[in-house]
Amino acid sequence: MKILYFAWIRTKTGVAAEDVDPPASVTDVASLIAWLKGRGAGFAEALDNPSVVRVAVNQEYAKADHPVRAGDEIAIFPPVTGG
Amino acid sequence: MIRIQREDFDVGREIAALSAGNPKVGGLAVFVGLVRDMAGGETVRAVTLEHYPGMTEKKLAEIEAEARRRWPLEATLIIHRYGELKPGDRIVLVAASSAHRDAAFEACRFLIDWLKTKAPFWKLEDKDSGAEWVEAKPSDDTAAAVWTKGKRG
Repeated sequence: MKILYFAWIRTKTGVAAEDVDPPASVTDVASLIAWLKGRGAGFAEALDNPSVVRVAVNQEYAKADHPVRAGDEIAIFPPVTGG
Repeated sequence: MIRIQREDFDVGREIAALSAGNPKVGGLAVFVGLVRDMAGGETVRAVTLEHYPGMTEKKLAEIEAEARRRWPLEATLIIHRYGELKPGDRIVLVAASSAHRDAAFEACRFLIDWLKTKAPFWKLEDKDSGAEWVEAKPSDDTAAAVWTKGKRG
C-alpha cells in the first residue's frame, strides 16, 4: 500500500510518500498506525498523539477501525488549516 | 466550479464570470481570504500552503455539491491557492449566486466554513522565531458544526 505524509507529520517522519508491505496483523487504520510507529523515532514522534493525526483511505477521511488493504492509498496528516 | 492554483486571481473578473449570461442571478455573495501579517503576536513574513492533490479536488467538489443541495443556487465557485504567499496576498475565494440574497449569503458562509475543516490544506508560517505549522482552531470546528446541527441552512 502507498502511504503519504503531509505538513508537520511529513517533517517528522522525514518521508513524503512510500510504498509499504505491512504484516498480516495490520488490518485497519489503528493497527497500521501502531505498526508505523515502530518503524523509527521520527514515526513514533509524528504519530504519538492521535488527537492531532488524521487519516484518509483512498482520499476519504477514515476512523481508527476503517479497514486497510494492499493497494490502498493512505494519507496521514494533521488537522487541516486551509482557507 | 473548483480551481486549485498557484497563481493569483482577479476577484472582479471571477464575480463577473459567475453571473455572465444568467439573468436568473439576483444576488452574489463572495468571501476572499487573505494572508495576515501577524500570528501569535509575531510578524509573518510568508505563508506556504501545502495540499493533497486529488483529495483536495474531491473534498471541494463534495462541499460544493452539498451547498447546491441545501440552497437554490445558480452557480458556485471555489478558488484556493497553494505555494508561498506574502501578507496581503489572496489565498481563497468562495462565491455563491442565487435568485435571492439569503441563499447566496448562507451558501457562501457554508462553503468557507466547511472548506476550513474538510479540505486538506496546511499552512506553514515563516516568522522571526522560525517556520511553524499553523494549528487548527477549535473555533473553526465550531463554525463548521453549526451547519451539521442544522442551526443554519
